[in-house]
Amino acid sequence: MTTAVVEIPWRRLDPRMLVVTPIGMIVRLLPAFAIVLITGGGNGDTGRLIGTGVAIVLIVGLGVIRWRTTRYRITPERVELHSGWLRRQRRSVPRDRIRTVDLTAKLEHRLFGLSVVKIGSASGSSSEHHGLSLDAVSKAEADLLRRELLEHSPSPVPVAATAAPAEVLARLDWSWLRFAPLTFSSLAGVGVIAAAVFNILNDFGVDPTEIGAVDDAAIRLSNGPIWAAVGVVAAVVLATAVLGALLLFTERWFGYRLTRERSGEGSTLRVHRGLFTRRSLSVAERRMRGAEIVEPLLLRAGRGAQCRALSAGLAKDAQGGVLQPPVPRAEAHRVASAALREPPSEITGAVLRHHPRAALTRRMTRALGPTAVLVVVAFVAGSLVPWLGWAGPTSLVLLPVAALIGWDRYRNLGHELTARYLVSRQGAVARRTVALQRSGVIGWTVRQSVFQRRVGLVTLEAVTGAGAGGYDVLDLAAADAVALADAAVPDLLTPFLLAPAATGRARVSGAGCRTGRG
Amino acid sequence: MTTGPTTTALPLRPPAHQVSPRAVRWWQLRDLITVLVLLAPQVVLEIVFGTGWLVMTAIVTAVVGAAYVLAVPPLLFRIHRWEITDEAVYTLSGWLVREWRIAPISRVQTVDTEHGPLQQLMRLASVTVTTASAKGPVKIRGLDAADAAELARVLTETTQATPGDAT
Repeated sequence: MTTAVVEIPWRRLDPRMLVVTPIGMIVRLLPAFAIVLITGGGNGDTGRLIGTGVAIVLIVGLGVIRWRTTRYRITPERVELHSGWLRRQRRSVPRDRIRTVDLTAKLEHRLFGLSVVKIGSASGSSSEHHGLSLDAVSKAEADLLRRELLEHSPSPVPVAATAAPAEVLARLDWSWLRFAPLTFSSLAGVGVIAAAVFNILNDFGVDPTEIGAVDDAAIRLSNGPIWAAVGVVAAVVLATAVLGALLLFTERWFGYRLTRERSGEGSTLRVHRGLFTRRSLSVAERRMRGAEIVEPLLLRAGRGAQCRALSAGLAKDAQGGVLQPPVPRAEAHRVASAALREPPSEITGAVLRHHPRAALTRRMTRALGPTAVLVVVAFVAGSLVPWLGWAGPTSLVLLPVAALIGWDRYRNLGHELTARYLVSRQGAVARRTVALQRSGVIGWTVRQSVFQRRVGLVTLEAVTGAGAGGYDVLDLAAADAVALADAAVPDLLTPFLLAPAATGRARVSGAGCRTGRG
Repeated sequence: MTTGPTTTALPLRPPAHQVSPRAVRWWQLRDLITVLVLLAPQVVLEIVFGTGWLVMTAIVTAVVGAAYVLAVPPLLFRIHRWEITDEAVYTLSGWLVREWRIAPISRVQTVDTEHGPLQQLMRLASVTVTTASAKGPVKIRGLDAADAAELARVLTETTQATPGDAT
């Protein structure tokens, strides 16, 4: 550390957090409070009041301690965060490793004009942290931090308040709402909503069967024919799912805007979104390593898709790095193209090479094998347990489904090398098309199982610092894999090649090819 | 075990160096311990309850385990190879799933040597080369301890001589 670093003062989180932290905690504990207040703790009124009072004092006290013990500062080289009282934490992220800045403002933060700043970084050694989070600072400070931290050169001069006008790459189109019910994450969200509703009813001591209308309906259903009951329940579940998905889509994507901001020498991509919880994710463009088009089965059936950025420092969850809501497929490819500044045919829209027929056999075996085991188990169970007799014949339905999935998985396999990108596609239940910058490839892994060895296939993994850390090209002909890797990153593999294959991209029988490359 | 027909073989030459021959003993010792850990509860339960069928599972465990201990480690020794050039780290490992890994020296972030208790007993060490990727480091297992230290020193020097932040 240089002496200049010592002079940089530590900063505290925004003092308004003294109010916001307790509010956040109380809101989360509200159901518990409600239970204590309504049902009583067993010690009578005074006991309940004392208990609640103690809890509130504790919560406020914790808020004060948290605020007093959390300090951060930004030196020319690092962002440092010290926090914790009994268990001290010191986190530090080198500034040249910062890749993303995520500003999140929940409702309680927005009421007080605050925002949480999450800094995502490329991991150095395993002992280094992948980022840190300042919870929370004022909106103005958050915005200043965002611009300062994604600026590559640490300039002592504060960033000019007059930011360059942002270029809008995409805006929300409400017709995209039609894709909301087609995403799995939305369906998962429905579960959350249902659980929340049930919890609230439960916490307030309401039994759904005691509500007259519900009870009445239940009685009518149980008296009617079974198919009617099943139909009604299915319709109710479906309606809830669709409604929940629409609500979740609105909460997540209200006010969606994808923009490009120029700041200093680099530029950043910025995704604004959210109705109650406002989020803005900024990704340093110079360090983006590519894009990925994700098409879960239902969404693909509806001709929809979603584009995600490949960069280090993004959240690993399903929402990490998404650049847009579920949209029509063409729009997803357009956004990928706008974000990477490449024509779609050079990235995710490239026409891909097919993989050898042996890959089809392998996909089919892998899809049908486990299914066949299941079918056998079902038949055995059916013959042993009398009332399970239907299980065996019914399970036969699984076989064509598995075969279809296997066939689709093979059909979707593909790869191509373009001027600056390695494009690969795989998957059926969730089809992913990845365009990975060739200069972002920091190594190769070739894997060959016993079964692959027999048919001369390998799986080639392009190792990268961004996103999942590695992207597979499944079931390539062995010679093609080596030729592909050698062509994608020149010179790295060359010293290890066997002599005959060293001459350009060798083609092996069975490696079909839909197009020639220019 | 051969590498299959030549037309479908991977056109990469194997890395230049083998690991230490003592690695065979290390792997055998390690696998033997695993087999004993699996065997012990079966024997104890058999002695306590005397069910009879546990004798069968114990015998199967012992036979399969012994076969594994005798056959697999020499096979691993024949497969496992490594090489370090001025530009790249290149390794080959794996028995059922063979794995070739190549990492450019310019992208190496850290180099660590590890000695587990068994490895220390055999005067062996593993070298772990970490890059910026989350997909796991390149590991060279079962090197002679002195060789490993020398290798780590050379690698660290080469890495430091290469500019860039390796991401």
